[in-house]
Amino acid sequence: MVNTEQFRRERLDRGIKIRTDGLYALMSWRELSYLTLPRLILIVGMLLLPLIVPGMYWQKVVTILCIYALLAISFDFLAHYVGLVSLGGAFFIGAGGYLAAILNSTYGFPPILTIPIATLVGAAVCTLLLLPCLPLRGVYFAIVTLMYPLVLARIIEALDILGGTDGIVGVDSFANRWVEQYAVIAMVLLALFGIRRLVNLDIGLVFRAVMDNDQAVRASGMNISYYKAIAVFIGSALGCLGGACLVHIYMWCGISLFALDFSILPIAATVIGGSGTLVGPVLGCLILVPISELLREFGTLRIVFYSLILMGFIVFRSEGLMVYGERKYHQFQRWVKV
Amino acid sequence: MSEETILKVLNATKTFGGVTALSRVSFEVRQGEVLGIIGPNGSGKTTLINCITGFIKMSEGEVMYKGKKISGKSAHKIADMGITRTFQIMRPYYTLPAYKNLIIPLFAPRAKRTGGWRGGGKLGDRDTVSVDILEEIGFERDSFVPYKIASTLPTGYLKRLELARCLALKPEIILCDEVFSGLSMSEIASMVPLIERLQMDGITIVMIEHRLRELFQVANRVMVLNFGVKLVEGTPEEVMADEKVKEAYFGSQEVEEVMNYA
Repeated sequence: MVNTEQFRRERLDRGIKIRTDGLYALMSWRELSYLTLPRLILIVGMLLLPLIVPGMYWQKVVTILCIYALLAISFDFLAHYVGLVSLGGAFFIGAGGYLAAILNSTYGFPPILTIPIATLVGAAVCTLLLLPCLPLRGVYFAIVTLMYPLVLARIIEALDILGGTDGIVGVDSFANRWVEQYAVIAMVLLALFGIRRLVNLDIGLVFRAVMDNDQAVRASGMNISYYKAIAVFIGSALGCLGGACLVHIYMWCGISLFALDFSILPIAATVIGGSGTLVGPVLGCLILVPISELLREFGTLRIVFYSLILMGFIVFRSEGLMVYGERKYHQFQRWVKV
Repeated sequence: MSEETILKVLNATKTFGGVTALSRVSFEVRQGEVLGIIGPNGSGKTTLINCITGFIKMSEGEVMYKGKKISGKSAHKIADMGITRTFQIMRPYYTLPAYKNLIIPLFAPRAKRTGGWRGGGKLGDRDTVSVDILEEIGFERDSFVPYKIASTLPTGYLKRLELARCLALKPEIILCDEVFSGLSMSEIASMVPLIERLQMDGITIVMIEHRLRELFQVANRVMVLNFGVKLVEGTPEEVMADEKVKEAYFGSQEVEEVMNYA
């Protein structure tokens, strides 16, 4: 150990940041790579993932992981950039999934059409249903969004519509498993970088302003409900996209699409990865989903170990991996003599 | 300053349950003037502003703006017509840098329509326009201040930021809710010329204020509220000579001081 009486630790920001966050003065290839390398690692890593995992079972896990990642990005965006804590992951998945399944099995649309249609129409439906509770904030909004998937699942079950408890079977699959995997991976990457760009655009600043201080936004002559609705549309579109992909992956659609897993796991992933970073939730999914699969060997004890791991992350890295990593990455650290 | 009325409040009444916060308050604001609203704590000044700007609904009465009824409209529509306000408790967007705080009003429909401040907004780059406005309002352009996250700024700058957010909309009227409170004497001294300059630019200003001496430097007329009732209205000298006002402020050191000063 270093003698702390003679030495102290000095932390310095790297000298490439000027004035504000996100504005850099890059003077060399080294500094350029310093910024691009982490992004490249993520992109290349995600693209290589289906090739390096062992066997088809784990390839399936990768695709499911990507669905969860879409939901986690959607949650992070709504919660930390618009201030709407949404537990509606299951609702979005269900809406997108059922729409895609109906379009495919009843009207015979191919997946290339059902997915975009289900995404847009599903997002519109979700936004319309959530419209009355947009004035709600924080935990109250969360409760209402949690209610929708429960209610819809029960309605489908009780009225025996849309296949009832059996669900809709015989949904077309993707052309082959490579198309399937790379389609969802591409969507995750597009969603990630797209949303990151969006929150720094002017309209993204309005979203963040609505979260910080909605009264001040009203005082600027802007209708906050309108901007919240746009944000919910974007967030639910990501979820519906995931749902639409999911039914084509499972080749089946049923009320298990409204399972609470889709609402809860994205939140856990966001907490682990670092809230408000957008990359963090994806990272969280990359950790949580495989762990959850590995723990299947423990049978019923699975959830216990799962909880322990979650607790460990929350206690020891409560700020989130990505926030911690970013801070360390942007700073030099050295011992200097007192 | 003209004699033309820009804003007219008729019998504004607001009750919260059994408490009457405002009771039949009527007054007019003339084009281009600075109107001060004073009164002891709890006399309904902020409630009055909230009623005019639509942040709370009046129980009775109406507000006319340029001959059109605006009471009952929602807050963002009233702001869109050019009636802007500052908040007593500053409401910056804490997570955004100071200059990004102004992107929001510059993105608003009104700013897009009016071309923002001094010809920017619609065509100009919003970042540049917002730094221009901040400089106008007293942020040092070449320092780090405009680029700092709002939560790290001192009160003086946040008060200016509140005003800047109004200015970005190119307002007709600014309703200032205690812009001087919480500031040091020197900070107030630098704010007073700013208010005067806004008036010269043709903006009508309604100021709620507790710092009477500074208010009387800029105000053309003053209105006094007490327990939600309008006591008097007139020039600063008239108002301070009024017996009812003395009673409302009974024992207040500052009124004595101001009266001696006047």
